Amino acid sequence: MDISKELVMDMYTKMLRIRRFEQRVAELFAAAKIGGFVHLYWGEEAVAVGVTANLSNDDLITSTHRGHGHLIAKGGETKYMMAELYGKETGYCKGKGGSMHIADATKGILGANGIVGAGLPIATGAALSIKLRGSNQVSVCFFGDGASNQGTFHESMNMAAIWKLPVVYICENNLYGEFTPQKDHQAITDISSRAEAYGFPGITVDGNDVFAVYEATNEAIKRARNGNGPTLIECKTYRVRGHFEGDPQLYRSKEEVEEWKRNDPIMRVERYISENGIVSEEKLKEIQKGIDKELDEAVEFAEKSKDPDEKMVAEDVYTDIVEEVRVR
Amino acid sequence: MRKMNYGQAINEALRNELRRDPNVFLMGEDVKYGVLGVTAGIVDEFGEERVRNTPISEEAVAGGAVGAAAAGSRPVAEIMFIDFSTIAMDQIVNQAAKMRYMFGGRITLPLTFRTMVGAGIQAAAQHSQSLEAWFTHIPGLKVVYPSTPKDALGLTIAAIRDDNPVIVLEHKLLYAMEGEVPDENEPIPIGVADVKKVGKDVTLVATGMMVHKCLNAAKQLSEEGIDVEVIDPRSLFPLDKDTIYNSIKKTHKVVLVSEEVKRGSWIGELSAMIAEEAFQDLNSPILRVAGLNTPVPFSKKLEDYFVPNEVDIIEAIKSII
Repeated sequence: MDISKELVMDMYTKMLRIRRFEQRVAELFAAAKIGGFVHLYWGEEAVAVGVTANLSNDDLITSTHRGHGHLIAKGGETKYMMAELYGKETGYCKGKGGSMHIADATKGILGANGIVGAGLPIATGAALSIKLRGSNQVSVCFFGDGASNQGTFHESMNMAAIWKLPVVYICENNLYGEFTPQKDHQAITDISSRAEAYGFPGITVDGNDVFAVYEATNEAIKRARNGNGPTLIECKTYRVRGHFEGDPQLYRSKEEVEEWKRNDPIMRVERYISENGIVSEEKLKEIQKGIDKELDEAVEFAEKSKDPDEKMVAEDVYTDIVEEVRVR
Repeated sequence: MRKMNYGQAINEALRNELRRDPNVFLMGEDVKYGVLGVTAGIVDEFGEERVRNTPISEEAVAGGAVGAAAAGSRPVAEIMFIDFSTIAMDQIVNQAAKMRYMFGGRITLPLTFRTMVGAGIQAAAQHSQSLEAWFTHIPGLKVVYPSTPKDALGLTIAAIRDDNPVIVLEHKLLYAMEGEVPDENEPIPIGVADVKKVGKDVTLVATGMMVHKCLNAAKQLSEEGIDVEVIDPRSLFPLDKDTIYNSIKKTHKVVLVSEEVKRGSWIGELSAMIAEEAFQDLNSPILRVAGLNTPVPFSKKLEDYFVPNEVDIIEAIKSII
């Protein structure tokens, strides 16, 4: 494996930033500071980070309803994310999107999405735009095992295959489609096997191993940039939290969750760092402290930010029309 | 001025925009030929990259347009028949229409959906609907509906140049209709109605094919001394309410004519709007002449019965004159 120490540390830092962000969000949600639905990425950090470590700001991603991890990994700023979760006007979407709808086009993030499987044609269309423009970008689509049963999955993969589009499909198989275990929603074990039906490579990797994800994606992106078309990468991982915060999780055992926690992707990188003497334990603590400070500031920023003015409700529907609305 | 038919006008609008802006491209099922020939021949000038035949995958066509627009292109995606938009509704309604808003105005989706509406060719219940209300109901979409070659040319150009998702409704019976178009290819601003005939006794508001039936009805009524004003909103949203309300101020009577199923129709919304905002100018009930509350039937006789005609329009007008 040819991964520089800098890259290892960069990936570690991002994974930790995602985890700590999610821990804060869980606490803030439980304290009723954050409303709506919150779907945490806890446990799946190696996928977002291993994939996006191969991307630049110019490359595009589509995310899912479980999108915090993808956003942070692609360079989304935690303070604007936190403000959005609080519904404040300083948030990424001025408080109109919330957890499921954060985007930052300046960083190539075409958005989280509240509809399962909806990102597949959008990422495919983005790849078509790239191809028509003749640029060197790639489009990367994150989606889950549940989304792989949607029509959009099949329609998009077929389309990308016939047109050899520069797109990489990243299936995060976290073993549950909402409350339903994989074995109850599909008869196959490896979702990657579906790529064969469309005539391009499909591979399965250990989604809790950031290096494995990084390497598989690296290959797939080279293939895409070289005009050889799409790849489907299935990353087997695990959703440590429920489908959403507050989910009583009657569909699985505590033992199962504990078992997977022993396979934690961040612990695995920490072990790698220590075994290979990449940085000292003090340095790791320093990184953790830096992230915690950043998140303290993000929460403070969100709490101190203003609620959006009521008039803003009618803005941003169109580029050029703001309908008159009743403001009480 | 020059003459061409409605289908040729759309073809010319598409060519004009493909030529003008390298970011524009066409995609859809069989757009290379065009199911009724509307897009025929464009591929010869612009090639298969920009005139892109897709698999029969409406949701991926619509979603592909969303993604391409988000990534910097200006796609014109064809959903062959509006009936097939049912298969693409998530991408049209939840994605295209809402992305800008949900992302706080920080993303722009300059995309156009073209689709065929209306009955009249015995295509039966799954190829003949007028689903205007489905799309005018959704904030984030603009909906235009040309009734003449001139409007088809100008509104298609405007739709493609618009920075928002715009749905262009094309009536399949109008494709062969000839009319005058301007020598220059200029956009017709979205949201500006056209008074197709000036009159003083009653206001008719009609769209698409119904505009022509209203003009026929107006002609017949003029022989009886009834002077009908025919307004074609051309854009269903945004709607030029002023032109409609100003006409009602003059005539004090309004009949709304549409091929839609009457129940839950766009003209139902329009009549509520008039009742709320222009009631004081009316001296008779707002009437709606629309399709029957049934699926569109196949049999020519039944189909003709389903679609409103001149007799229905005249009858409605006479009931309030």
